[in-house]
Amino acid sequence: MSLRNFQIYRGDGTVGEMKSYQLEIEKGMVVLDVIHRIQAEQAGDLAVRWNCKAGKCGSCSVEINGKPKLSCMTRMNEYAEDETISIRPLKAFPIMRDLVADVSWNYEQNKRITPFKPDPSSKNESGDYVMMQEDIDRVQEFRKCIECYLCQNVCHVLRDHERKDAFVGPRFMIRLAGLEMHPLDMQDRIPDVKNSYGSGMCNITRCCTDVCPEHIQITDNGIIPMKERVVDRYYDPVMKLIGLIFRRK
Amino acid sequence: MDISDIKTIEHDVIVLGAGGAGLRAAIECSMHGLSTGLVCKSLLGKAHTVMAEGGVAAALGNVDSRDNWKVHFRDTMRGGKFLNNWRMAELHAKEAPDRVRELEEWGAVFDRTKTGLINQRNFGGHRYPRLAHVGDRTGLEIIRTLQDHGIHQGIDVYMECTGLDLLKDGDRISGMVAMWRETGEFVIFKSKAVILATGGGGKAWKITSNSWEYTGDGYGMAYEAGAELMDMEFTQFHPTGMVWPPSVRGTLVTEGVRGEGGILVNSEGKRFMFDNIPDRFAPETADTEDETARWLEGDKEARRPPELLTRDVVARAIRKEVKAGRGSPHGGAFLDIASRRSAEDIQKKLPSMYHQFKVLAELDITEEPMEVGPTLHYFMGGVRVDSDSQMTCVPGLFAAGECAAGVHGANRLGGNSLSDLLVCGKLAGEGAVKYLESNKDEINLDENRAREIIRAATDILNRESGENPYLIHEDLQETMQSNVGIVRDDELLTLGISGIDKLWNKFKNVKADGASQFNPGWHQAIALRNLLITSEAVAKAARLRQESRGAHTRVDYEGERDEWLKVNVVIKKSPDGTMSVEKVERGSPDPELERIANLSIEELEEEVQREAGQP
Ligand SMILES: Cc1cc2nc3c(=O)[nH]c(=O)nc-3n(C[C@H](O)[C@H](O)[C@H](O)COP(=O)(O)OP(=O)(O)OC[C@H]3O[C@@H](n4cnc5c(N)ncnc54)[C@H](O)[C@@H]3O)c2cc1C
Ligand code: SF4
Ligand code: SF4
Ligand code: FES
Repeated sequence: MSLRNFQIYRGDGTVGEMKSYQLEIEKGMVVLDVIHRIQAEQAGDLAVRWNCKAGKCGSCSVEINGKPKLSCMTRMNEYAEDETISIRPLKAFPIMRDLVADVSWNYEQNKRITPFKPDPSSKNESGDYVMMQEDIDRVQEFRKCIECYLCQNVCHVLRDHERKDAFVGPRFMIRLAGLEMHPLDMQDRIPDVKNSYGSGMCNITRCCTDVCPEHIQITDNGIIPMKERVVDRYYDPVMKLIGLIFRRK
Repeated sequence: MDISDIKTIEHDVIVLGAGGAGLRAAIECSMHGLSTGLVCKSLLGKAHTVMAEGGVAAALGNVDSRDNWKVHFRDTMRGGKFLNNWRMAELHAKEAPDRVRELEEWGAVFDRTKTGLINQRNFGGHRYPRLAHVGDRTGLEIIRTLQDHGIHQGIDVYMECTGLDLLKDGDRISGMVAMWRETGEFVIFKSKAVILATGGGGKAWKITSNSWEYTGDGYGMAYEAGAELMDMEFTQFHPTGMVWPPSVRGTLVTEGVRGEGGILVNSEGKRFMFDNIPDRFAPETADTEDETARWLEGDKEARRPPELLTRDVVARAIRKEVKAGRGSPHGGAFLDIASRRSAEDIQKKLPSMYHQFKVLAELDITEEPMEVGPTLHYFMGGVRVDSDSQMTCVPGLFAAGECAAGVHGANRLGGNSLSDLLVCGKLAGEGAVKYLESNKDEINLDENRAREIIRAATDILNRESGENPYLIHEDLQETMQSNVGIVRDDELLTLGISGIDKLWNKFKNVKADGASQFNPGWHQAIALRNLLITSEAVAKAARLRQESRGAHTRVDYEGERDEWLKVNVVIKKSPDGTMSVEKVERGSPDPELERIANLSIEELEEEVQREAGQP
């Protein structure tokens, strides 16, 4: 047990401040436990999102000492005993209240993505789709995404340059990659990846990959291959022709 | 207050809850051209379904071609100790394979067999490898697939919106009053049909795998609207929750660990499940270490290890070891996969378990055993519905998923929930479509009732002073944990009921501080009513059922009793406002289904093979 200091953002998008709290910490506690304890004992109306408390749902994203993290998977013993811990909502999105950010923009992006369209001819005689494990490993990597939006929060295109109008962000680049690399899918989204989803806005800083709690290789395995497909299609006449004949999936 | 100031949103059908059941129901409704509103307390994609780990049960027969709906049905009935609704268990087993295949059609990517089909894994109580899965994040795959498919079907989604209570026009449903969590403003949904898909009520216990959302809202709302609850005494304690550190006590450790070969040992290093094999399962369970080793290597002649007995059996066995002083340091048992599988296999097959223990308990499961103990996990009981339409006794009110009763009887098999969500979610959608076809006349909103519902919510904020909602909740969790736990008797249950009574009184005077915007204290206070109804129903049903069956264990009435197999405990609100708790005859099963469930496994396997035209 030890008494620790916290600074937590209280307020909404227009007015708010960092407020100080103190709490006795027990062994094994994570930051979300701290928030809950403060909520129960000192600030009944402290707003926070959470669900699974096990890193599976991506609800509890906040910035802890400036770093975007899942609060349910951040242990208190990662921090020095005398360190004051500051907890803020995600910066790249409007604040609703306290630690809760308005992430609805992300849901709008997802809705813009052309849905999955399977190729019926990939079924075998008994009506089952046949896919080999090695052909879906990559797609499954992207499908591990828990939609915590930590990557969206650190991507400078969205965070600092406010270009939400031009780029769907890393989360949806891998969603697109997951669809484009899906062995059964026969929809072509490459023109949209370039024109409307804004793949050109990403300059491969890899900040998104660094914060992904699911350790998805967002940039190397998702965004770069998507950029390559765009380049192949639009700037290299030879690749474009080959691409059209042998649709790479 | 003037009701006309409150926004009214109109739909043909409102689906309350956006887990697997709600999403699947909403997809069905909108596919049939209904204007569909989907309302959920959290953000879309964050419902409990996202946490499901091990897999979805369906007799696809991809790994063991002997599998068939009849065997799945038989396993489900036996797991449920024959208290399942026969017809529901039949529909569930028959339709699960199509529902899983349909997910592939919508973009799901399950793990594959060597020949490129959907892979299936072993799980407790299932005769063959039957659970389609994606590592140990199957629920994520399912919810994301339904979500990504659903948003293109014209469903209107209302997120972070809490359903408070239902509205009726005479006997039938006319909508619901809800509240936006962000602003604290109220909204009225007007619809001829409402499908409840709100999940369970595990938050009434202290040690649970459930999140804040599981406050039994669907049970409370259905009860208040005059619908019935059934089988509420059957609350499943999952045998393997984390026991340490204290802040994660209860967090689930997937049965997939045992499905992949994990074993349970006590502090003396003894594999105690060999001593806990019930007679009913003895012919189908391995009784030597050697046989379990052969089973793990894929020998189809070898019987299943005792660690994969049904959850009720394993949970009680762990409890027994701990009581006898043979528990692990933090009061559980050891679950060991490290000595069974290579580190590489474990990381590939159980990545999120590896990660969960590494981060939350600083333990490497590829090297050390985990410490695990029972955690409240699932409600077999729930809203009583018709087996084919999923409609309650209130016209226009439906329920599906964990919120509804019937498929699982006295105990649910792992993996049978995800399949239940898909099968019954679709059935509920179809049920609503049919209902609307034959109910075309206009409905009216009961403004007085709407006003009452809103007043009950705002009173909590407006009171000068009163009881702290967090403390009432803690008291309730304490009461349920100590008195309505894994092992029950009349004395404890009576104590529990009087404890709940006292908390009802405190609740009448509950007070939340702060403003109405995104105020968790207020939300908690509102949810308390549903938690209390749920807890009272569980405790009273448990006291009435004088036998031990499945997840319901009475030390004062040991063993299954035939007379109790004939009845369900049904709960409803009586006209005087008190809770009526009654035994209701189940009726006799379809003879063909009864025959299948009672065959020996050898007889059934032979029959299935014969029908498939094999020698
Ligand atoms: C950790 C864990 C692992 C599991 N693993 C498995 C497994 O491997 N296999 C398996 O078959 N089962 C598993 N289960 C069980 C299974 O996941 C659940 O039973 C199932 O997901 C319930 O689905 P549902 O659609 O009924 O409800 P949920 O997915 O829980 O959704 C409930 C919905 O209702 C909404 N809601 C509730 N109340 C209100 C209200 N008042 N107003 C508005 N919305 C409301 C919530 O916001 C949510 O959207 C697991 C459960 C847990 C907790
Ligand atoms: S790599 Fe691209 S998407 Fe990722 S943070 Fe950098 S700019 Fe954004
Ligand atoms: S890609 Fe990773 S960081 Fe981004 S939303 Fe998904 S899980 Fe979160
Ligand atoms: S609460 Fe689900 S990821 Fe943190």
